[in-house]
Amino acid sequence: MEIARHWRQRAARYRLQGQRHRETGEVRFPAQPPAIGEDPTAWEAVDLSGRGELYSFSVLRQGPDGYEGLVPYPVGMVRLEEGPLVAAQLTDCAEADLAIGQPVEMVTRQLLDTGEDNVLVYGYKFRPVLV
Amino acid sequence: MRSSYIVSAAATAVGEHYARSLSDLASEAVRSAFAALPEVSPERVGALFVANAMGETLASQGQLGAYLAHAVGLRGVPALRVEAAGASGGVALHQAAQAIATGQCDLVVVLGAEKATDRLEGALETALALHTDAEAEAIHGLTLTSQWAMLMRRYMHEYNYGLEAFAPFPVNAHANAAKNPQALYRFAINADKYRKAGMVASPLNMLDCSSVADGAACVILAAESLAREFPGPLVRLAGTAIATDTPSLGARRNPLDLEAARASAHVALGRAHLGLSSVQVFELSDPHGIAAVLALESIGYYERGEAPRHAADGAIAPTGRTPLATAGGYKARGDIVGASGVYQVVELVRQLRGEAGPTQVADARVGLAQTLGGIGATAATAVIVAE
Repeated sequence: MEIARHWRQRAARYRLQGQRHRETGEVRFPAQPPAIGEDPTAWEAVDLSGRGELYSFSVLRQGPDGYEGLVPYPVGMVRLEEGPLVAAQLTDCAEADLAIGQPVEMVTRQLLDTGEDNVLVYGYKFRPVLV
Repeated sequence: MRSSYIVSAAATAVGEHYARSLSDLASEAVRSAFAALPEVSPERVGALFVANAMGETLASQGQLGAYLAHAVGLRGVPALRVEAAGASGGVALHQAAQAIATGQCDLVVVLGAEKATDRLEGALETALALHTDAEAEAIHGLTLTSQWAMLMRRYMHEYNYGLEAFAPFPVNAHANAAKNPQALYRFAINADKYRKAGMVASPLNMLDCSSVADGAACVILAAESLAREFPGPLVRLAGTAIATDTPSLGARRNPLDLEAARASAHVALGRAHLGLSSVQVFELSDPHGIAAVLALESIGYYERGEAPRHAADGAIAPTGRTPLATAGGYKARGDIVGASGVYQVVELVRQLRGEAGPTQVADARVGLAQTLGGIGATAATAVIVAE
């Protein structure tokens, strides 16, 4: 049973919530615990725009358990406009539609059906920006 | 600090050993290593370091220190399991060297053992994906292979390479493995076959992806005074080092820069009082050509964007400037995950003793072995010198 584990991630998974440094303005995702000696309030929660561009991508033909039904599926690393680089699945696209540097946007999709636990895990994926 | 010497090194064949258990494989490797040292009684062993990454996830066994100490006949010996994903073997070797350096032990056994083929492919991918940042990456269905694939595509984009630029790595690995009786894939491939191979995680194709297999390898380390009692050429573990980086690729300044690979190599070479240019034979984490490329460039052996060009010119062959994967590498010897670092040392010892037969690097005196955990979240480097 990993219900609590998935629940803890809800802000990141549903709202792409990361952190912004109150002084430097630096943004990071996912959120991290404070560093040694750092003021625990130095970083504030911030919802990211979900817009960015494709840093790289791949289409998997061998997936882990639980993802067999999706194979083949595209994954990507996205450079968000706020700065962080985030890895996720890509959706609503074929491999031929993808290119490094193209604009993408976040959408919310089902990530995993945990089967016997009856947990449908939802979270972010990215798709090419619709024009 | 006392020096460590490698007084024996042996391994089982790498394979899909369906008829054999983790204990069987471990026992064979340890017995083979001791068979070469008939003058050493197992009672003299001060500690056993077990390198294993997949015991719980694929072999259904925990507490591998005690479990394998008993299985290999080192009953009662202080034993522990070292887990650092694919770097487990290199980290175990480092810990073992520390045990000798501090004077705590005079004789130490490092055993890398992995039993991966009892589970199907999906379970294997799941287990390997735990070597990334599980919350940030694995939950999205990203595998280690797909992460290397994305680095490869980015590298091709930044340095303007086509797919075929990576063919020399598996071609070299297979050419060498064809001459290694212990390798998983003992056949040659060529660039044409590489070009036509089906995709696993684009742009990584089937001939650019290692296969995870079963095996065990054993290295026996001794303090100098003890090592000098044994016959045969002396091989010194001249420097070892571990470095870490973020498990998540996205958190790195430049994902194409394996900072831990560089840091551990430089510290290990510094401890050995050697420069990079003195290394004559390399063992790297090379499940894919891109992994070898990024390691060679991050360590500083080649300029950014240059390693594929040198590989195409023969630099990674046994006769080249940076001989690589002389026993077949991860690609063709087989990827033994946590045991890989120990297999690497077995090969370097063969090279430094001049026992590597058809893949012998001429006059090899200095070898460097590096294992990565995940995409270089852990990097462990060992510099080995023939005296």
